[in-house]
Amino acid sequence: MKRTVPLRDIAHARAGDKGNRSNVSLFVFDPADYPLIKAQVTAERLKTAFPGLLKGRVQRFELDHLFGLNFVMDQALEGGVNLSLNLDSHGKSWSFLVLGLTVEIDREDMG
Amino acid sequence: MSGTERFRLGTGAGFSADRLDPAVDLVTEGELDAIVFECIGERTLAFGHRDRLSDPAKGYNPLLERRLRAVLPGCIANGTRLITNMGVANPNAAASQAVEVARELGLWGRRIAAVGGDDVTDQITPDTELDEPGLRISDVGRKMVGANAYLGADAILPAFDAEADVVITGRVADPSLFLAPLCHAFGWLPDDWATLGAGTLVGHLMECAAQVTGGYFADPGKKDVDNLAYVGFPIAEVDPDGGAVITKLTRAGGLVSERTVKEQLLYEVHDPNAYLTPDVTADFSQVTLGQAGDHRVRIGGAGGAKRPDHLKVTVAFDGGFLAEAGVSYAGPGAGRRAKLALDILEERMTRLHGSNAPLRLDLIGQNALHAAAGGASIASGASTAGGASAAGGEIDELTDVRVRAALRADSRDMAELLLWEVEALLCCGPAGGGGFRGQITPSVVTHSAYIERDRVQPTLRLVET
Repeated sequence: MKRTVPLRDIAHARAGDKGNRSNVSLFVFDPADYPLIKAQVTAERLKTAFPGLLKGRVQRFELDHLFGLNFVMDQALEGGVNLSLNLDSHGKSWSFLVLGLTVEIDREDMG
Repeated sequence: MSGTERFRLGTGAGFSADRLDPAVDLVTEGELDAIVFECIGERTLAFGHRDRLSDPAKGYNPLLERRLRAVLPGCIANGTRLITNMGVANPNAAASQAVEVARELGLWGRRIAAVGGDDVTDQITPDTELDEPGLRISDVGRKMVGANAYLGADAILPAFDAEADVVITGRVADPSLFLAPLCHAFGWLPDDWATLGAGTLVGHLMECAAQVTGGYFADPGKKDVDNLAYVGFPIAEVDPDGGAVITKLTRAGGLVSERTVKEQLLYEVHDPNAYLTPDVTADFSQVTLGQAGDHRVRIGGAGGAKRPDHLKVTVAFDGGFLAEAGVSYAGPGAGRRAKLALDILEERMTRLHGSNAPLRLDLIGQNALHAAAGGASIASGASTAGGASAAGGEIDELTDVRVRAALRADSRDMAELLLWEVEALLCCGPAGGGGFRGQITPSVVTHSAYIERDRVQPTLRLVET
């Protein structure tokens, strides 16, 4: 049975910043869920979900053996820590922006 | 230590404002060979330059004296070498301060080293190219405050050869602060790229202190961390080949797990195949990790290739002032009253006062952090349904909300005007507004550039206490 779950239920993430570039790493808790995030959480998906934030290129690097993805987002911090007027000028909370996205999951044991 | 033993390396600080007590615990109980205090950010460095220009005896980390008083006796008693970039924009003055503190503590006959040469301000000209297509220094249109090259581990090694107990640097790449004592202890060669890559991985995982031991990680119900209030700082037990175990003191709070280590592995990393430092082009793409006991994670598999030919330079410019002010509304209709306050601020700042400085108006609790991500207009105060889970709630549902106004201005007068306008809302604005606070922060703007290695000459000054 297919169901829709927030990424936070199956994965964890961390955000970092360098200048106006942000990176968010995303790792699944259970390796069994890795193929589905790899298929559903693409660079294009992020660009579409956050058009107001992601003004530049989004690259995705894959660490298959660690079941993780690394999203590198250019021009993603409203100018970066020195220019942004966002309260979170480092974009430390961007990891939870990504974890708020949903994915379709085809397993019955998800609580 | 001999060449075959493990080297015990600790982190005493992962940023300029980091806690003191976990560092004291590590120095006292960690049986460390060396401890690193990493305390520079791009902004701290720029403010260091500014401090030094106004007083030649300043420009280093303001917490230097407090940190040294707390940890130096333990370091000396336990044979733990202390390495730090708390010299910021003035390592010489920081070393002089360290000598004074050591003498006051009765620590005589100790060697304090200042490593400099990172300040390349004199080599930057209006024509110097920045790391952005077609952009030169003169195009920035702001006053340059200072420029620093990222030095590598090789800049620190002479201080160890001179048997320094304390090494104080300016801008050195963060992982290099950790790699240097490993190179010295194990005799790693400067072109043994794979091993330097392994040591750089250790440094990268350690450089943010608690971020690998359960800090910046806890998410109650999903990722729980025990005793986070007393989170310990990390220890790396490093083998002569660069493999290592990341751990913490048993009695300290926190968590060292595959998950904490994985998150830090990619923290501020872009391409895991090519993590550039002054020492090596490190390859983290094949890193392996495995739980090796409670709060012990074994790491390995890092590689490396030849180091970059150029050093990265951070160029800092005067950025004017950041003004931030807030006022709160609560109870029925709070959202509408707060929204009215935002409209008033926008009207008065832009039309009455004619400010064209970038102004941002948020409702904290509704749209301050993530609203912009979905593309919604901030100033409208409207629901941001386009931003996935970004929005905090509909405006009519808010019963406890804070107005935040933020502005960047070249003049302090304009920054002060914003604070004045927000405070004036108390009597002239919507009903029931309270809790005004405002602050003005001097601001810097930084850009990156690159410089040929041979134009940067690290320096060493040694003082005995």
